[in-house]
Amino acid sequence: MIDTSTMGLIQVEEDVKILPPNIIITSFDKIINWGRLSSLWPTTFGLACCAIEMMATGASHYDFDRFGIIFRGSPRQADCVIVAGTVTKKMAPIVRRVYDQIPEPRYVVAMGSCACTGGVFRTYSTVQGCDSFLPVDVYIPGCPPRPETLLEGMMMLQEKIRNERARWSPWR
Amino acid sequence: MSGKDKMEPVEKIFETRELNVNMGPQHPATHGVLRLVLDIDGETIVKVTPYVGYLHRGIEKLGESMSFFQALPLTDRMDYVSAMSNNIGYCVAVEKLYGIEAPERAKFIRTIVGEVSRISNHLLWLATHALDIGAMTVFLYCFREREWILDLFEMISGARLTVTYPRIGGVRNDVPQEFLDSLWKFTDEFPARILEYETLIDQNRIWLLRTKGIGVISAEEAVRWGMTGPTLRGSGVAYDIRKHMPYDAYDKVDFEVPIGTEGDTYDRYRCRMLELRQSNNIIRQCIEKLPPGPVMADEPKFTMQPKDKMKAITHPDKDHAYFILEKACKGCGMCLRACPAKAIFGEKKAPHRIDQSLCVNCATCFVTCKFKSITVVPGGRGLSDEKLAERAVAPEQLSEDIKQAQQYLVRQFEFVKKGPKVPEGEIYVATEVPKGELGFYFVSDGSAKPYRLRVRAPSFIHAGCLPRLCVGHLVADVIAAIGTIDIVLGECDR
Amino acid sequence: MAVTEVRITVYPAGINPKEIAEKVKEKFPDQVVEVAEFRDQVSVIVKKGQSAAILRYLHDDPFLSLDHLQDLTAVDYLNKKDIRFEVVYNLYSMKYRHAIRIRAQVPENDLKISSVVPIWEGADWHERECFDMFGIDFIGHPDLRRILMPEDWEGHPLRKDYPLKGPEFDKDWPGFTDVIKRSKELREFEWEG
Repeated sequence: MIDTSTMGLIQVEEDVKILPPNIIITSFDKIINWGRLSSLWPTTFGLACCAIEMMATGASHYDFDRFGIIFRGSPRQADCVIVAGTVTKKMAPIVRRVYDQIPEPRYVVAMGSCACTGGVFRTYSTVQGCDSFLPVDVYIPGCPPRPETLLEGMMMLQEKIRNERARWSPWR
Repeated sequence: MSGKDKMEPVEKIFETRELNVNMGPQHPATHGVLRLVLDIDGETIVKVTPYVGYLHRGIEKLGESMSFFQALPLTDRMDYVSAMSNNIGYCVAVEKLYGIEAPERAKFIRTIVGEVSRISNHLLWLATHALDIGAMTVFLYCFREREWILDLFEMISGARLTVTYPRIGGVRNDVPQEFLDSLWKFTDEFPARILEYETLIDQNRIWLLRTKGIGVISAEEAVRWGMTGPTLRGSGVAYDIRKHMPYDAYDKVDFEVPIGTEGDTYDRYRCRMLELRQSNNIIRQCIEKLPPGPVMADEPKFTMQPKDKMKAITHPDKDHAYFILEKACKGCGMCLRACPAKAIFGEKKAPHRIDQSLCVNCATCFVTCKFKSITVVPGGRGLSDEKLAERAVAPEQLSEDIKQAQQYLVRQFEFVKKGPKVPEGEIYVATEVPKGELGFYFVSDGSAKPYRLRVRAPSFIHAGCLPRLCVGHLVADVIAAIGTIDIVLGECDR
Repeated sequence: MAVTEVRITVYPAGINPKEIAEKVKEKFPDQVVEVAEFRDQVSVIVKKGQSAAILRYLHDDPFLSLDHLQDLTAVDYLNKKDIRFEVVYNLYSMKYRHAIRIRAQVPENDLKISSVVPIWEGADWHERECFDMFGIDFIGHPDLRRILMPEDWEGHPLRKDYPLKGPEFDKDWPGFTDVIKRSKELREFEWEG
């Protein structure tokens, strides 16, 4: 068994020990994070109008592929999920199930006002924001957001990934 | 060792069961959140059960709590691929309910944008249909054209996808000349692009194999199943609302309607491709025939007037402020209750005060006060209370145009806040959107809000026809069938 | 090519809808309650007993030929009229280009009406939606269950006494509240950045 007391872990809060930044860890961080952010593969999850803008962003005018973003059909082969469109109560268990099927590390991008906060639809069947059951990383408002906005959102996600520390190690 | 033990009947070894496969709501090829449960025997389909409702947002109930004008942006989000057509359908229906008519120029502009949106819809249909069947290049080509169209939409209305450009009584604003120039250039180049798409797939052996003979439905059956639009016309029924019950400027332009014969997927595909050419033709004719004039109907009771005209009437002096004369104020509190911005303060029986920072200049207090203690101070915006007290004159001594302006202002304010009072009755109006027949059934009870806002969505009916179209075909043909009926789940579920 | 472009010659608009209403009144005199007209559109308000027979007559008659069921929906007149619900059928004839609207009154204590699926198969989903949103039972429908709301949802949303924002969180649909609770439990295992 690995004796954690001699690993050089520092205590941040009670019961939380993290690896301190040192030369090996930061170099690994840089390389692994660079690898992750340059090939972020979302699973196709277009629900409503924002899906059309997502498709337009993936088409040739505003290319997604130059960022390394390729749409994968199966969540098992994907990195992140872009929730594009209104989430209804009937659809919520399925969104959660798709999210659960994505292997870690995984990210969630809430695209559009409906995914962020429910949008225009404050009714009996609309979930007021997908962050009530998903941990969202980036919120992209707009109805629908322009393709440039979606690209900026993905770039923000890439920034977030770039600044991650030791997400590849079991002692995070 | 009798014969019974040695040989088992052959059927038992090859025992097959029907397989129950779920094509879930999250699927790259289902055009949104459509769930299909397929009962298949080997690869042949025995039964298809569609499950919809995964995008039901309650638009009909939401529309009952807003005025007709406020419910207009909701219609954008139904068939989000061709948002202009939904708006046009809604506006035509509400105009018929109100009993008003849009001016000529607005009708032509609406026809133009309706046909541009039809082209946009058919391009997206072709892109996704071809992508599902396997022709991936067509997807990128169609989106290239669509970017041009979305740029055009952005030029006139500011938004690419969910425009709310057609308004009740006309359109929101006039089209700039560069829009018409760019659109004319588009119609010059578009037939060549259509030829490009057709060269890729029209005579392609794989395309023909996958679309000919799939989803065949006869004319009487199609009418009984409630199909409309190109889905119906592929079976040979000549039903196009633009010809049967013309609205906008469709009776002033010359166009043909493609009708199919076989009723299969290939014929529906050809119908839509020919419709692209016809739409191109209609746009060119409309641009040539576009008459000058206003773009919003001049019915002060029902429509919002253009902003500059209203500003001249309601704000002859832009920097006015409202002020309560202390001597005349009895402290009855009526203005306090009436103020929508809650900008009036005061105790009972004591003179009230208007907080200038909260005041929105709506003139509600001016018309509510029975004791003539509220007056308008021209040029008083931003001044302190003492300065306003110096300058204020009694309301009777104000000039006539300022008094008139207050009445108009209050009426405008009530109009925007609550909406115009609608005559009591019910009406059903149908328009031809790219997907079929979009019908609006309104029941109005005399107030500003619709009592019942019913949307007859073509995608809903067509999704119900899937079981009929897929029986007996293979699993891959289900994808072709979904593509050919051209459904959009936002409209199907509302 | 199998598809041809055709210049549709439309017949001049068919008979006046008021005449269609008169024909319905002649054939079913005791079923018609009222004939209303607004902006050139005529509605015939009938009792629900023989609504399917009236629609069958309108569909089969060779001079009326109202073969296209444009829309089938319901309206809830809570506290405005004595009979609470009305099922509305909008019909159109593609051949003769005339239209009529039939409104069948359905009282709240007897919330059943016969289904028109034998005449138009497309009415199948329309009636399911009416059942889902209003709770009206269609006798003779092959498969009456909820279509837009989840199968085990309680309540009928488009009724006037149903709140717009829906039920409170505790009384909400169990499928949704389960997802929320489960995601709260799983939140501990998410990676904190």
